[in-house]
Amino acid sequence: MTEEFIRFEKDPELCQIFISGEVDLSNSGELRKTILGALKTTPAVKVNLSGVEYIDSSGIAAMVEGLQFANSHSKSFYLCDPSPQVRSILELARLDQVFDID
Amino acid sequence: MKKDLEQQDTVIEVNQLVTHYGQRKILDGVDLNIKRGEIRVIMGGSGSGKSTLLWHILGLYQPTKGRIHLLGQDIHEISFNDMLKLKQDIGVSFQSGALFSSMSVGENVALPLREFTDLDENTIRIISRMKLEVVNLGGFHKLMPSQLSGGMIKRAALARSIVMDPKLLFFDEPSAGLDPVVASEIDDLILSLRDTMGMSMVVVTHELDSAFKIADKITVLDNGKNLLTGTVEEIKASTNKRVMDLLQRRSRHDKLDPADYLKRLTQENYTLS
Repeated sequence: MTEEFIRFEKDPELCQIFISGEVDLSNSGELRKTILGALKTTPAVKVNLSGVEYIDSSGIAAMVEGLQFANSHSKSFYLCDPSPQVRSILELARLDQVFDID
Repeated sequence: MKKDLEQQDTVIEVNQLVTHYGQRKILDGVDLNIKRGEIRVIMGGSGSGKSTLLWHILGLYQPTKGRIHLLGQDIHEISFNDMLKLKQDIGVSFQSGALFSSMSVGENVALPLREFTDLDENTIRIISRMKLEVVNLGGFHKLMPSQLSGGMIKRAALARSIVMDPKLLFFDEPSAGLDPVVASEIDDLILSLRDTMGMSMVVVTHELDSAFKIADKITVLDNGKNLLTGTVEEIKASTNKRVMDLLQRRSRHDKLDPADYLKRLTQENYTLS
């Protein structure tokens, strides 16, 4: 059985979103919806990228949109545990300087 | 037609490609085998067939003979829909840039996303501007192509070619006509894209410095034939006279057939054989 693409753990202060496998055009819309949905109901959202093997530009864009929403609504949005490959993709577009990355 | 899974690490396979322009043979039995994540440089003098080979691999020309597989699919046998899908995995950066002059830089870069995906406008805007950042053109999205320098046009074209995160990227003379600093920047970008995104690339160039900097392997074409394929070190060490001429930029001193030469100069209906 394959692991779920997205799962989350939520408490009143923080929603943690765990992503697994590959993020591409086929599922980045779901990621975007999950991130924006979480930001509407909790003050802080953390996206855990440790299980991400590949993320395309539409997946990165979903996280940029999350950050944009968080900043304009005084909420917190950050990423954690990107693999070296995912980190280098963020670095290529200089997004490592834009996101808070744990 | 799908090839065996064990061959999937080969992303571009060209077998015995032959093509003619009129009666003239331009490609004469060319073979290529390019692996995932490889940067292959195609070199050769003018008229060696290197650009023609590129157009064939992209499916823009129909060969006289031979087969071409991209990502395991025979490009002459797949259905229209499969070809459309395959094209989303392919990026091309043309020598001239080929930007649409009536569209802004941002609109040019976003074009493939509008054409091939149903992403919403906000996502398209973020992705296309992200790609402009990658090529160091952040904030230039509103400019028109006519407002860009030659190097900026090449970088904008590169941004457009990677906007779909392709698996295969093709370049036709990416650094031709650029000053050495800008040319070197383009080379660095090509290497970064391979290292971070794992893209496989075919680069047609006659710029030796660039070829030696970026190539995993170099294929030297001469008169439509694959003269030599090897690593940079192997190409540099080659004792083949034509390869040495190319590396030393000496003009070719082909032995003339005096009778044929005279015909070329004088016969009204002369055609190349």
